[in-house]
Amino acid sequence: MSPINEERWLLPAGIEEVLPPEARIVEALRRELLDLYATWGYELVIPPFIDYLDSLLTGTGQDLDLQTFKLTDQLTGRLLGVRADMTPQVARMDAHHLRRAAPTRLCYLGTVLHTRPDGFAGTRSPLQIGAEIYGHAGIESDTEILRLVLLTLRTAGIAETYLDLGHVGIYRGLARQAGLDATQEHALFDALQRKAIPEIEALVADFGLSGAPAAMLVALAELNGSDALERAAPVLAAADQPVREALDYLRRLADALNHDLPEVSIHYDLAELRGYHYKTGVVFAAFVPGWGLEVARGGRYDDIGRVFGRARPAVGFSTDIKGLLQHSQGLDARYQQPGAILAPASPDPALHAMIETLRATGRRVLQALPGAACDPHELGCVEQLVADAGQWVVRPLAASV
Amino acid sequence: MNLTVPLTIALSKGRIFEQTLPLLAHAGITPLDDPETSRKLILDTSHPLVKFVIIRASDVPTYVQYGAADVGVAGKDVLLEHGGEGLYEPLDLNIARCRLMVAGRPQTPDPGPRRLRIATKYVHSAERYFAAKGQQVEIIKLYGSMELAPLVGLADLIVDLVESGNTLKANGLVPLEQIADISSRLVVNKAAWKMKHEAVTALLACLREAVANR
Repeated sequence: MSPINEERWLLPAGIEEVLPPEARIVEALRRELLDLYATWGYELVIPPFIDYLDSLLTGTGQDLDLQTFKLTDQLTGRLLGVRADMTPQVARMDAHHLRRAAPTRLCYLGTVLHTRPDGFAGTRSPLQIGAEIYGHAGIESDTEILRLVLLTLRTAGIAETYLDLGHVGIYRGLARQAGLDATQEHALFDALQRKAIPEIEALVADFGLSGAPAAMLVALAELNGSDALERAAPVLAAADQPVREALDYLRRLADALNHDLPEVSIHYDLAELRGYHYKTGVVFAAFVPGWGLEVARGGRYDDIGRVFGRARPAVGFSTDIKGLLQHSQGLDARYQQPGAILAPASPDPALHAMIETLRATGRRVLQALPGAACDPHELGCVEQLVADAGQWVVRPLAASV
Repeated sequence: MNLTVPLTIALSKGRIFEQTLPLLAHAGITPLDDPETSRKLILDTSHPLVKFVIIRASDVPTYVQYGAADVGVAGKDVLLEHGGEGLYEPLDLNIARCRLMVAGRPQTPDPGPRRLRIATKYVHSAERYFAAKGQQVEIIKLYGSMELAPLVGLADLIVDLVESGNTLKANGLVPLEQIADISSRLVVNKAAWKMKHEAVTALLACLREAVANR
């Protein structure tokens, strides 16, 4: 046993290195996605890797306290956090620095760090990519973000996607109508997230609820599936105005999506409330077959900028590029590199000019390093530069022996 | 039951398996092998699209959470320990009923200023229970034969499942406080619920009917 040797190469749990050729595919996909968002008018922002903890944990961040690595700033004595999610930082940029009147479309990409792996052999350092629209409340910005989610997944080589759609206003409204206090609302929320119908019934009885408010809260756990919106109308008929408005909003969004994205399977779930504490409207997640966890998530959080001085409507999504690649197909072929050219080690200026010309056209040219024996095929070379009658020309490399 | 997609059901050997079978039979699903005699871990069933995976009871939530099985049957004791995150638990199957209890010797000696020591397999449940009572205790994690711990002075009390109370009695212990009623739940993987919605809800409806008729 030589523990020191083992520890030197060992990586912390949930922290990974990306080696060739995967790193090239991650990078190619990263560029393609950012270019795609640029064509939709999304401007790139680069939030800092560490930030004051206070500003990381505002708004959307409250759920992230446990997930955030913390350290002390030696300059101020204040606590710093390593970002566990870039959304609050991007919201700060919109609310505090940009302060535009017009709707603002922003996208971002970078590594975030989590104290605990979420999920299954999970990473603690996802490569988060996301996009947000600030300054518009309505079906149109929701559908734009959802279309962008699906386009992102398709670009990442994921053919089959299921979209899960809900609205936090429905449960929030029903809880208010039933007069639940914050503790009760949280206890019932917890049972709803597990669709633990026996527990929901017990809790509702325990709270002393009866009649329509009780029946609607119990029914919520079963209001899911592609036909959930139709079934919800009669079940939630006795609900207060905000609940019916939320349901109506979801129905109009469903119509818009059926029109825009007829090929996508959409599953409605009125009790699925990811990020309930800071979301204000539609919530969604994307799933792929055979994987128990969502691959992309997002929703509407209209109040997110308030703590930074300006509350305006916001909707967005985020996903993990490295996570997407576990489910993607066909990217190897799409991002395949043409074979490289081997150049001999020679000080001839004509050779250097030729190499520069080739590299300028995007070809890969590897110049041999004298004294290092190597097989050019191992370096990925398929052609070589040879001197022919005083000219440097590209010739096929002889087959490997 | 009409299925168009394959379903994998995670079950644990023993009492849960025996008592789940009649419920699944109501849905037209019976295993082709007996897990007590077969060494197979994946069992085919009378339904060509349905398979059983036979695993340890405490592993059922993990298999289902990560989608290695679409649905499973797990005791509430196991779910309380697991936390139930990433799972749906829509139906109480009302089988394998018992109670999670604090037990000890009839006159538990006063530990004085020392904290009470609690031996248990159910660390989280025990921690939560005593924390809710406002009692600072020391938990000792054991994997079995908890009844022994108070007898040999390893712990003052135990937290364990109690069905008839006979094992306690045989070891001179008595049940003291009840923590929770335990029975087995149907657990469902979140993605399976969404992507195999019709199959999962059909199975859920069949089982609900079977539980009601029993």
